Amino acid sequence: MSTVVEPEVRAPEGAVKPRRASALRRAPVWGVRLALLLIALWVLFLARNTPAGPAISEPGRFAITMLDGLTYAGLLFVVASGFTLIFGLMRTVNMAHGSLFLLAGFIGIRMQQLIVGKTRNIAPDEVSMVAWVVPLLVGALIAAVVGVIVHQVFLRWNQGQELRQALITLAISVVLADQMLRMFGGLALTMVWPGPVTHFIEIFGQRYATSRLFMLAVAAVVGVLLWLWLTKTRMGMVIRAGVDDEPMVRALGINIGLVFAVTFFVGAFLAGMGGVMGASFSGAATGSDGAWLLNSLVVVIIGGLGSIKGAVAGSLLYGLVVAMSPAYLPSRYTFYSIIFTFVLLALVLAVRPYGLFGRPGTE
Amino acid sequence: MSASAFNTPRTRGLVNARTIIFLGVIVLLLILPIFGTPFFVNNVMTRVMILGLIAASLVFLASYGGMISLAQWLFAGIAGFMFGNASLEAGARGLNLGWDPWVSVLFALAVTTVMAFILGALGSRTIGIYFLMLTLVYAVIGYFFFAQVVTVSGPGGVTSISPPPLLAERRTLYYAAVVLSGIVYLVFRALGRTNFGLALQGVRDDPVRMASLGFNVPFHRVLAFTLAGFVAGIGGLLNVWFNGQIDPASIAIGPTLIVLIVAVIGGISYFEGAWLGAFVYVGASIYMRELPLVDRIGITPERFNTVIGALVLLIMVLSPEGLVGILSRGRRMGRRSPAERSIEPPTTAGEPAQAGSALQDR
Repeated sequence: MSTVVEPEVRAPEGAVKPRRASALRRAPVWGVRLALLLIALWVLFLARNTPAGPAISEPGRFAITMLDGLTYAGLLFVVASGFTLIFGLMRTVNMAHGSLFLLAGFIGIRMQQLIVGKTRNIAPDEVSMVAWVVPLLVGALIAAVVGVIVHQVFLRWNQGQELRQALITLAISVVLADQMLRMFGGLALTMVWPGPVTHFIEIFGQRYATSRLFMLAVAAVVGVLLWLWLTKTRMGMVIRAGVDDEPMVRALGINIGLVFAVTFFVGAFLAGMGGVMGASFSGAATGSDGAWLLNSLVVVIIGGLGSIKGAVAGSLLYGLVVAMSPAYLPSRYTFYSIIFTFVLLALVLAVRPYGLFGRPGTE
Repeated sequence: MSASAFNTPRTRGLVNARTIIFLGVIVLLLILPIFGTPFFVNNVMTRVMILGLIAASLVFLASYGGMISLAQWLFAGIAGFMFGNASLEAGARGLNLGWDPWVSVLFALAVTTVMAFILGALGSRTIGIYFLMLTLVYAVIGYFFFAQVVTVSGPGGVTSISPPPLLAERRTLYYAAVVLSGIVYLVFRALGRTNFGLALQGVRDDPVRMASLGFNVPFHRVLAFTLAGFVAGIGGLLNVWFNGQIDPASIAIGPTLIVLIVAVIGGISYFEGAWLGAFVYVGASIYMRELPLVDRIGITPERFNTVIGALVLLIMVLSPEGLVGILSRGRRMGRRSPAERSIEPPTTAGEPAQAGSALQDR
């Protein structure tokens, strides 16, 4: 097997590195530190004429913006952790991840309409906790089953051919997007948060929707469960071993095919959970699949493919950038905020081409 | 691992079956307006040529460099937006610089090339599947950029863009598309025999060895990406002249994937495949509704994406080499080496047809 390693020349441990080369290599790191310092200064003291204002004089707006970022990061984490879990073990880039997200969102909405008994104008009071959790589980389960079918039919036999798998899942996502358009129509549908969590609380004099905090809580529960599963159970141990050295796990007599199927199930389940949460958060519509595939990609490129830790870090960074850049850009230039996503990506790639926690290939 | 036989330039002369077929096709395309209907020539074939040209830049990167780029349609879009901004004198949106059309062309191509260089430099150390994802992110961020930044476009896009007077007629635009396609095809093929092209293929097959031989691996990737961006920019200019307008929705994720779909249908390691795939794609999108059979078996023209997706799926499952690969397999049958014999090579033997060893199993 040929390993593709970056041809970066590394001096052996303890060798005296040439001073100039070392300084050059550190340059991006110092650039990032300087950028962070400048951003902090800007946000704290200088950000006048921005929608939010300097954090010193407007602590409420600052807190709200940070909370927006954190809660969005929670949703990002749920979706991206599924993507990165599948890649970490199987090296499969599941381009249909966004489609599974959207499919679960649509199914969750339909399920909720069925439970509540209305198709339009559902008020939060009418939605009990059950009318939100059951659609969540059903939607996620269906996404997981579709994911396993896709894996068993299209991906099992070409394990290791990364590009072919990516293109196969891309084709599947095109078909799925078109079929969902046929089944659910092109209009945006929204899921309703359960009544018990739809309130407002006050933070530094600013109103804040508890449903967003609820979303963060759900994401935290998912994260903790995922962590417990991966670190405390036998299956989790096998998966982590498989990430490090799949042939060895196979050689030890473990049914790796089953482990792959379970991992794909869980990864697609997470996409589905994220889909239902996302449908409650911002609605489900044609095009959400592409947007959320992009979100997953950005998170894992920042955090490093295949690393759950990376998914946490990537979600936090990306979520904060998405929330803060429109709030702290001068009001006239708010529409340039998308550039900061790109700047974040560029900064991370300049310092670590494989993401914060990524590794250049295995072996 | 042996490099793929069809990517590696042979030592044979220029006069071979491939060149003769190429000349025949070019002549056929040039005399097509004499007997083809205006609709077929001006609407179908012009689109085929433009789409093929842009897909060829993807094929170039994939076959010589082992890099599958989804940013090619973005570069086409950048060129289109820049031309619109520079050439229009007045309009609701955009910069409305009101420059001379040919100056605008140079400006658009320059901006596109510089953007390709910057984005390429940023991604030059990522390879394989990472590169695919990174370029997809580029494409979507580019879409959001043009959708949000009202200074250059905004959601409505730039409208009523007219081509330079020389290409104002539909017929001349078609000829321009054919001639440019022919040039790009020849340049890309010839490039495979130059030092740069050979080094690029070396980088694709074994970056570590190339680096230890003293080649600057990331720089070769950046140069290839810049060239591909430039070619995609040319295609983008033709495209914006053909459509007369450009909006962000036309560079969203869906159209971005079309370029890859076209390349995959044709065969992602054959330059001919780009145009063949474009022909199949455009033809299917236009003529599918006229097939009575299709409606009867329950596939309506609205479900076009399902059909195209299923076609790509079928190709990727059965033979990743695409249509050209299937066509030429028969021709190669007699004289291929055992190394290339298997249609679906086992992972250890590599998958040369699919863009080089950089994309092998781990």
